[in-house]
Amino acid sequence: MTNRERDEVSGTETTGHEWDGLKELDTPLPRWWLFIFYATIVAAIIYWVLMPAWPIGNGYTKGILGWSDRANVAADVQGLRSARAPMFERLATATSTDIAGDPELQQFARAAGASVFGDYCATCHGAGGAGAPGFPVLADDVWIWGGAMSDIERTLQVGIRSDHPDTRMSLMPAFGSGILSAQQIGDVTEYVISISAANNRLEANTIAAGRGAAVYQEQCGVCHGATGAGDRTLGAPSLVDDVWLYGGSRAEIRRQIELGRGGVMPAWGERFDAGTLRALAYYVHDLGGGEADAPPPAPAAAPVEPSQTTPAPLR
Amino acid sequence: MWNFHKWFERHTLILLIGILVVVSIGGLVQITPLFFIESTIERVEGVRPYTPLELAGRQVYIREGCYTCHSQMIRPLRDEVERYGHYSLAAESMYDHPFQWGSKRTGPDLARVGGRYSDEWHRAHLLDPRSVVPESVMPPYAFLANADLNMSRMGDHLRVNRMLSVPYTDEQLANAVVDARAQANPLDDHAFDFTQRYPTALQRDFDGNPGRVTEMDALIAYLQMLGTGVDFETYQAEAPENRR
Repeated sequence: MTNRERDEVSGTETTGHEWDGLKELDTPLPRWWLFIFYATIVAAIIYWVLMPAWPIGNGYTKGILGWSDRANVAADVQGLRSARAPMFERLATATSTDIAGDPELQQFARAAGASVFGDYCATCHGAGGAGAPGFPVLADDVWIWGGAMSDIERTLQVGIRSDHPDTRMSLMPAFGSGILSAQQIGDVTEYVISISAANNRLEANTIAAGRGAAVYQEQCGVCHGATGAGDRTLGAPSLVDDVWLYGGSRAEIRRQIELGRGGVMPAWGERFDAGTLRALAYYVHDLGGGEADAPPPAPAAAPVEPSQTTPAPLR
Repeated sequence: MWNFHKWFERHTLILLIGILVVVSIGGLVQITPLFFIESTIERVEGVRPYTPLELAGRQVYIREGCYTCHSQMIRPLRDEVERYGHYSLAAESMYDHPFQWGSKRTGPDLARVGGRYSDEWHRAHLLDPRSVVPESVMPPYAFLANADLNMSRMGDHLRVNRMLSVPYTDEQLANAVVDARAQANPLDDHAFDFTQRYPTALQRDFDGNPGRVTEMDALIAYLQMLGTGVDFETYQAEAPENRR
């Protein structure tokens, strides 16, 4: 069976197998291919020596280079933080006027703020703070909890109806669940429209609005104010403008009185360091409706330490 | 050499056994070390088994094929860590049977989506993704809000997980359905018992519909706990056994 012979037509040796008279050629592999193949074997052996490779017992061969993806990413992130740290340190103690007066810092705050906003905030508040039903517009000058940079930063730190112990908290009762009758809710709806700028397009029923006025003073005025101007310390939105969190049609205004919905904003104070929070607050403040700050806000937490020996967790 | 090979080629059974031996070597080389490498699962604080409601939400996640577009694996790369948070640890999937790491990333990674958005956002987003993210290509899952959660096999589901070495207690197995209802309703009669059995679990009406426990409740409960387990204050990322 093993008599290798030379094929007459091609001049190539056969393998020596013969099955029912059929023989097969033993064409040699091309040289270039064979050498690349040998080279990959050598490369694999070099790789085993240099890099983590073989499982043995309760561990694995570490390789003489000591490669670690996790160490690498920690070093990368640490490098990034160190590079940004000087600017974030300046940001952490800067007021809005400081930032506006320093083009370099302002550019940094805008870029850092835009990046974090795009990642974390735009999902609810929309690109550029355009808002969505139930998620307030941040690009206008209407604020529920205050539009000064310190107010915005406070909201970022503690969230709204979040699990933070000092969270901003307001609860509008669901007036449709037995507090007011359907008739009274209709009257209050007309009254709210009548005192708001929406009256121009919705034209409140003045008779119903007259009846609703008394109900309003009794039930709503405590938080939204006797004139409907709202109260930012309570997080009660103004009712005199024509900006509606849950929609500005007659039906939608009525629906909100019935349901008393309130959204949740997570607290971001633990996820971001002080500099990032300041950048984010500046970015939101800068979107269009930021208001002047009263006193300069104190830094939120310990400023960023670039020279920490143990890096903070990567988050 | 050829004579030895001839022996295999002429006896089908011997050939079959030979093939099985060769193929199983390949499998064993890959699989057995995982049972012996002690460093595979990091020692962490805080990772707990899923509550029955979260487990049911996880089933919805699998049933709807969420994993075909969303991964749950933050790789140790700078841009991923910057965007999503700390890279995923093996310990975070230790109670997953099977894990949901995924490989297709049409949507964002969900490994740390828990707590990042409000329940209300998740509802709006599942009902109509484009109402909150205009550029989204995700299909709507509005029907989940109207689908009552099927709890008939919930205890069995926990039991199977215990067979796969998830440390559920007998009490947790016996109260699976009770716990699922209690997690979705803080005013439930068994709400306190639930917090005793799962001290770190979230408890609230996830779908904004207190009267019913829907698949929306389950899915949001699951999403809101993803990646929130590990206590990174105590995790020793620098320790040699966690460096790999």
